Amino acid sequence: MIVFDQVQKSYQVGGRAIPALHPTSMTIETGEVFGIVGHSGAGKSTLVRLINLLEPPTGGRILIDDENITGYNASELRAFRRKVGMIFQHFNLLSSKTVADNIAFPMKLAGIYSRSEIRERVDELLKRVSLADQANKYPSQLSGGQKQRVGIARALACRPTILLCDEATSALDPQTTQSVLKLLADINRELGLTIVLITHEMDVVRRVCDRVAVMDAGEVVEMGAVSDVFLHPKHPTTRDFVFESESIDREEMQRDLEHAPGRILRLTFRGQSTYTPLLGSVARESGVDFSILSGRIDHIKDTPYGQLTLSLVGGDLDIAMNAFEAADVHVEVLR
Amino acid sequence: MEALMENLLTNVDWTEIGWASWDTLVMVGMSLLFSVLIGLPVGVLLFLFGKRQLLEQPIAYAVLSFVVNVLRSVPFIILLIVMIPFTVMLIGTSLGVAGAIPPLVAGGAPFFARLVETSLREVDRGIIEATQAMGATVKQVVFGALLPEALPGIIAGITVTAITLVSYAAMSGVVGGGGLGDLAIRFGYQRFQTDVMVITVALLVIFVQLLQMAGDRLVLYFSRK
Repeated sequence: MIVFDQVQKSYQVGGRAIPALHPTSMTIETGEVFGIVGHSGAGKSTLVRLINLLEPPTGGRILIDDENITGYNASELRAFRRKVGMIFQHFNLLSSKTVADNIAFPMKLAGIYSRSEIRERVDELLKRVSLADQANKYPSQLSGGQKQRVGIARALACRPTILLCDEATSALDPQTTQSVLKLLADINRELGLTIVLITHEMDVVRRVCDRVAVMDAGEVVEMGAVSDVFLHPKHPTTRDFVFESESIDREEMQRDLEHAPGRILRLTFRGQSTYTPLLGSVARESGVDFSILSGRIDHIKDTPYGQLTLSLVGGDLDIAMNAFEAADVHVEVLR
Repeated sequence: MEALMENLLTNVDWTEIGWASWDTLVMVGMSLLFSVLIGLPVGVLLFLFGKRQLLEQPIAYAVLSFVVNVLRSVPFIILLIVMIPFTVMLIGTSLGVAGAIPPLVAGGAPFFARLVETSLREVDRGIIEATQAMGATVKQVVFGALLPEALPGIIAGITVTAITLVSYAAMSGVVGGGGLGDLAIRFGYQRFQTDVMVITVALLVIFVQLLQMAGDRLVLYFSRK
């Protein structure tokens, strides 16, 4: 469990303190995939680097499994960092070392593993990230996705309990992003590792995260389960991210709604209700006629969801609303 | 053909040339060795003490940087002369091959130190950050990540330093240094033996070419980018 207790960070620029992170309190549970989303400069990079103290906080306490890491001395800090793996947007592999040597590097630095232990662990990790046949290549000979797999294997070498991902998929194409995210989700499930992932893409959060914090101008403006934040965003920044990820043009949507007759509702289905054949029966029971203005069916991590914007004409609207709510469908009246 | 060579190169004493070449090799070799031994750690410290680096130390950086700059701003011919008392104190003479080595090191080491600093700065900061995130000590960052990553640049720096030392070593002939430069000055210049001058210059050119080629090959061999 990672606990932020009034943690803040500011930088001294020309004698003035420029805040990068306003006092923030939050808890990241053991074993969850926690996303931090925000535009560049929102402070998410700072936030993730506070967890392994690459950036020391200027105020507050950070507790990891009830230990105050901000009080660590140099050698305690180094021992602690071995238990926190980190992967990066630009991979940060050593170009002078082979794939196998890159993965072995953190174990060699730790100085507590025998040569045979290191060899065994490297083989195991190479298999885990499907790069067993690339062991003796140099990073420059690999593709972006392969490099990030090496990065992940390296981060896992010392069996960490926390994995920090700093824009780990931002330099990858969509297909490679998919496979890297799948690998991260598998690792999280198999090893029970806590993953803290920062990104500027809501789509990444939707695919792998359990909970998410949205950051804006050095502040966490919204936090909660991904399905809640994603389906019912409250803060304007969050809304921007959600719309962006669904490539919805808000003005265009507004125009479409103006042309539609009757009442406009947005229905949100989650989990099993996504597959329930509901619309037809509700229309029959209430006598309402409807047309679908927009809709989307997708997954949030492993949970299916659907979101439909309908225009309803005639019939008894109350019966329809009650029927939707009885079926566990969230209803929002847009007009 | 042989007769023609004899006529053209009447003043050339090949044994003398041979010994002078050997002296130049020894001067360059020894001064390069000490320049690297001194310049490498100084360059690493310059890098580490620098702004926003691992051991940021503005005062230590300023002092070190000042010393390096002073040595680098004195023209080598002046450095040769200024160093004489110090050289005598250090090894008993300021003449010959041995007498030339201390001023050569005083000229070569700060030069190489700057080249090391520059090539370390070329290393991606992300790599340093990643290594720190693994729980590395500063020493481990330097020896495990920085130096291996900067190796091609450092080898290129050694090549440039070696070539600079060849020209410095030739200059040391002016104050009785020995080697090809000494030969060129005593025979080629003072006795107007143009043929000796031509041969020594040709040998120096060949020497520099060989150094550059060897350096380039090593850089290529160690480059993984």
